[in-house]
Amino acid sequence: MRPVYMVSGGVSKFAKARPDATFQKMVKEAFDYALGDIPRLKPDRIDGSVGSYFSDHFTRQLMAGIMATDYLGLCPKPNKRIEGGGATGGLCFQSAWESVASGRMNCCVAFGFETMSRVQTWKGNEFIALASDTNFDYPVGGFYSGYYAMMVNRHIHEFGTTVEQMAMVSVKNHRNACFNPYAQKQKRLTVRDVRNSEMVAYPLTLLDICVMSDGAAVCILADEETAFRLTDKPVRITGVGTGTDMMRMADRPHGKVILAPNEKESDYRNMKYPGVHSFRAGRSAGIQAYKMAGIKDPIKEIDFIELHDAYTSSEIQTYEDLALCRYGEGGKFVEQGHPFLPQIDYGLKLKKKGTIPVNPSGGLIACGHPVGATGLMQAVFAFWQIQGSIRKHFGSGELQLKKANRGLIHSHAGTGTYVTVSILEKGW
Amino acid sequence: MAKKRFGSAKPPLHGRKAKIEEVMTGATVYNVPFPKDLSTLKGMSPIVIRHPYSVEYLHSYGQDSPFFAGIANGKLLGTRCGPCRYTYATPRLHCARCGEETDWTELPLEGRVHTFTTCYFGSEEFLKETPFHLILVEFDGVDTLLLARLIGVEGPEEIRIGMKVKAKFRRNSQLKPTDMYFVPS
Repeated sequence: MRPVYMVSGGVSKFAKARPDATFQKMVKEAFDYALGDIPRLKPDRIDGSVGSYFSDHFTRQLMAGIMATDYLGLCPKPNKRIEGGGATGGLCFQSAWESVASGRMNCCVAFGFETMSRVQTWKGNEFIALASDTNFDYPVGGFYSGYYAMMVNRHIHEFGTTVEQMAMVSVKNHRNACFNPYAQKQKRLTVRDVRNSEMVAYPLTLLDICVMSDGAAVCILADEETAFRLTDKPVRITGVGTGTDMMRMADRPHGKVILAPNEKESDYRNMKYPGVHSFRAGRSAGIQAYKMAGIKDPIKEIDFIELHDAYTSSEIQTYEDLALCRYGEGGKFVEQGHPFLPQIDYGLKLKKKGTIPVNPSGGLIACGHPVGATGLMQAVFAFWQIQGSIRKHFGSGELQLKKANRGLIHSHAGTGTYVTVSILEKGW
Repeated sequence: MAKKRFGSAKPPLHGRKAKIEEVMTGATVYNVPFPKDLSTLKGMSPIVIRHPYSVEYLHSYGQDSPFFAGIANGKLLGTRCGPCRYTYATPRLHCARCGEETDWTELPLEGRVHTFTTCYFGSEEFLKETPFHLILVEFDGVDTLLLARLIGVEGPEEIRIGMKVKAKFRRNSQLKPTDMYFVPS
């Protein structure tokens, strides 16, 4: 496999609704931004593309992928659609990586989008819930927030995680987003605000849950030679991992923990794993990516993380899957301040602030979650962090981390069925 | 009568005078505003139309069908793998561990709450049923769980992980997994 680099990215402003634009136009906005950032790339040097969007129901347009491809002027070059629920964008990013790593393409565009505003929120929740077993799960619960609520109630039961710890994730991500002009929601919140907002599925409130959005994102990947011709600051993709788990939570095993490189069997004497409290796919994806990137102790060797926080609870569960802390310690991890940005004031007392900033962009909770775009959006924000170009792209440098040489992006589908982890590093 | 009013009974014109028939169904709009200067068009507001979309699926439960016949008859069925003895509360005809075909087996009607939630919102289809309580049920001697509704409690404060619950069945089957539900035992 050849080394692969990310050379540019672009994101459309995520919004609750973009009636002014079709999905093709939103993708075009992100694509033109990415091209504008590396003027040395002429479109005829692009060898092909991969596109991602989650739901044909939301789009009400089959073969939307080719329509975006033709709008971008990328016909008759190769293209295909990538789909895997909430992890659609992360899978698309890795598919573009595969296209370049294999030598099939020297320069590949990954684009993703979702138009979720075309139906009412509760119909949208129905569409999303169709991504659960329609024989046994959809007809009983039919609501993803309910599924995640059940998972975190078990996490609370096993490990003593608190709703206040979950609320701290919401405070952090909404606050970070105040400095990200692409974010859909920019809010200064308190733990009390989060707990007092409307209860959606106990114990998850409205502010524990991401919103639906319209938006698009684009990443451009290239081989080493092309990358250095196009930009002085390419970002190398040094690790990829993809994990899966059974669709029905009810089917998940209650066995032994899959150990991360920094863990030992005696860390987990009586744990039944993953049960419904942890995401085995996230652990599997993380371990693969760590192995490929040569990472032994993630918290020490990674500078920041953009992870899939569709729920505050799943951010906490993901700290553990990614072995930033042991299983069961995710709640304390956020309470102590580890995933906060050192330079931002959150109105919270934090003992160990900023060990490893998580979701400096604001994450899905604040940026929004146009499903097919989300995983690529994370890649773009991580790319800008590593390049040190946050000020240029956000218009202000508050979120720029001092040390951002190596970042991790993490994309996650329905109750942890598909999870992708990719490691991005300073490549120059 | 309607035919006469809209003149559709007339034979269509031929050649250059051919014309599509005017209809009054759905949205009928007169005098859509339009500027003389085309350069102002990019500033126009988007046009949004309503598009109803309804589908009737013939959803087959396939190899899971015996489960639904079971709950219609007051029996809760899971499956068990012959070779590895792994027992599934939510049935699957092939064992995910060893790949062998499983056999149908009756589950106990009493179990415990493994985890729970109360949904105050939901998908459009279930919005009118909110708030409702969801539980994953664990059974003695069974390796996996079963998703079901819990009836007979007021709110999440009345549900505890580990609490004993008992399966009940609707008298009139709707051939849905909600034909079976649990109550505190």
